[in-house]
Amino acid sequence: MNKTLLSPLQTLPHKKGGGMKTWKKCLLTLAASLVFGTAQAADVNTTGLAVTDTAVKVGILHSVTGTMSISETGSVQAEKLAIEQINAMGGVLGRKIEYIQEDGASDWPTFAEKSKKLLVNDKVAAVFGCWTSASRKAVLPIFEQYNGMLYYPTFYEGLEQSPNVIYTGQEATQQIIAGIDWVTKTKGAKSFYLLGSDYIWPRTSNKIARKHIEKLGLSVVGEEYYPLGHTQFNSVINKIKLKKPDVIYAIVVGGSNVAFYKQLKAAGIDMTKEKPLVLTISVTEDEILGIGGENMVGAYAAMKYFQSLPNDNNKKFVEAFKAKYGKDAVIGDVTQAAYLGPWLWKAAVEKAGSFDIDKVRAASPGIELTTAPEGYVKIHPNHHLWSKTRIGHARTDGQYDVVFETKELIEPDPFPKGYQ
Amino acid sequence: MFAEYSSSELLSIFAMQGVAGLILFSVFVLMALGLAIIFGQMGVINMAHGEFMILGAYVTYLTSHVFSTYLPEFFSLYFILAMILAFIAAGALGALVEWAMIRHLYHRPLDTLLATWGLSLILQQTYRSVFGPREVGVTLPDWLMGSYQLTDSIELPINGLFVMCLALGISLAVALLMYRSRWGTQVRAVVQNRPMAGAVGINTGKVDRVTFALGCGIAGVAGSAFTMIGSTGPTSGQLYIVDTFLVVVFGGASSLLGTIASAFSISQAQSTMEFFMSGSMSKVLTLLFVVLILMLRPQGLFTLKVRR
Repeated sequence: MNKTLLSPLQTLPHKKGGGMKTWKKCLLTLAASLVFGTAQAADVNTTGLAVTDTAVKVGILHSVTGTMSISETGSVQAEKLAIEQINAMGGVLGRKIEYIQEDGASDWPTFAEKSKKLLVNDKVAAVFGCWTSASRKAVLPIFEQYNGMLYYPTFYEGLEQSPNVIYTGQEATQQIIAGIDWVTKTKGAKSFYLLGSDYIWPRTSNKIARKHIEKLGLSVVGEEYYPLGHTQFNSVINKIKLKKPDVIYAIVVGGSNVAFYKQLKAAGIDMTKEKPLVLTISVTEDEILGIGGENMVGAYAAMKYFQSLPNDNNKKFVEAFKAKYGKDAVIGDVTQAAYLGPWLWKAAVEKAGSFDIDKVRAASPGIELTTAPEGYVKIHPNHHLWSKTRIGHARTDGQYDVVFETKELIEPDPFPKGYQ
Repeated sequence: MFAEYSSSELLSIFAMQGVAGLILFSVFVLMALGLAIIFGQMGVINMAHGEFMILGAYVTYLTSHVFSTYLPEFFSLYFILAMILAFIAAGALGALVEWAMIRHLYHRPLDTLLATWGLSLILQQTYRSVFGPREVGVTLPDWLMGSYQLTDSIELPINGLFVMCLALGISLAVALLMYRSRWGTQVRAVVQNRPMAGAVGINTGKVDRVTFALGCGIAGVAGSAFTMIGSTGPTSGQLYIVDTFLVVVFGGASSLLGTIASAFSISQAQSTMEFFMSGSMSKVLTLLFVVLILMLRPQGLFTLKVRR
């Protein structure tokens, strides 16, 4: 079912080694443009986007006010950093990137309105933005109607695939299955308590988790959801104490996160003893700032990126990020995914030799990024990224130690068979 | 729903949930007391109540920073000082707001709703500009962490106990102030008959300002205490505002005793139900139960009997 769904998007055959050719082609284009001067705006832009001979406009659409600004600030910072670095390298097809930043104000209709403004009035060549699934769902019809390109950074529930969106975060199965496999294999976990905030992402994710746990022949001893913004977790903590699961699988978000982990610690559950072990997919380094490292120490998180990843790409990225935003800046999974957006778009534009949305879309599958802080990513024909999943072990200073990494890249599967 | 537990388990469940309910009760009392004073005594609907709480939380955050940088040897004591400072800061801001805004709106109670809502947005954005949009982590002194083991299955979180004591202390102090002090008599006189109170020489404007400042100050202390159990960010105040109004309206706006009774019934109902069903479902049932009672008794649980 998956493959047939994909075919309209899959214009380039996807083979091994294709990436090298792409890079060579890019270099050739670049060299050619240096020799013959920059290609004229009309040639690389046949659909009237905001592209001149020297500049190209893109949009940044995140909440910098309202409740979601807690989470989205990091994404804005990362996208600006990437754009700055690309400009320092000479821009895209010889054109400097100029960004127009709009504020979604944590309000989904505002996101829709602003995205329309970016696409219709400003005619931007790409938009980097959105964070919550709700905001993405709100802008999706507009991107599809006016044929824009959105680079969406957040790990999310899957069950979506639009020709107008590149999903640079992980979809649910990538994050969940590897994490549960790890905790059963290395920690011998037999029973799980699933816990989440009450909206689509935690519910869909826990559904996948439950199916996978049951497939492994293990047991789910409880599944609970609390309203967004809930601040009293004593009852569920009592329930957990009574059921004595091996693993608390927590997908709590926002301010509730802080309340949950503080109360867990106050209730005498020491996560460093791993009885029960806490595994989360929703707490990045960003969230730990609010929770406090001393309240999070000992928990495990499953995601694709941690600030402490030891590879060279990441060292450079962290250094540049701190140089721009101060030495106390932290980088979470979504921030890194947001950083990938401008780079993936640049690679696609250069491969296509054009800013035209249709050509960029056609060029996107198979685009590789060897300079990604998380290591290496590749765009799948379904517009999600191949990526590795890592397990981090929380330290008192608010960082994670990476204790495990999947050997292979995990294929994104936004419509997982047998998990719905 | 009881079938899957043995009788001894059920007993400890009820004990544990009773404790959880008591902690929730204290949290509700702390949240609602300040609002009950302002809403109940002055008729001002203060939508910025949550933001006054968060001011207290930020003051706590700043105090913890100052102590860990300059006075690390006294770090274990900072929390007490932080609460006093939170009271002063929130109270001072409250007095300022009353002087600049609220006193012009006493005859237009619905306009105070809009004005204080605007104030809450202004305060949120101010916090965001000053402290950044991300949540800040408040480090607690060690003696506030951990729990006290009562029996095998019953554990008392120390910060929960602390919140309970604080709620008790503040309720007593407010009760004494309202019913045993000269100032309390004046407040009650102004509430019952403003022109007459003025005629006998009470400075009603001053009484209003102090009442408003006191309500805000208590909100600040509550916010300071909640850094132990919740988040501190520009919009965290919004997490508390709905529950706060629920408690105050359900209790009967003009009665402090009503506020406490309603905090008790809502918290116990919610924490007991939370054990046997999902969190969202128990919230729904609690709200339904409150709506039903308010339909039968629109004035709330307790009312002040006043001859008019």
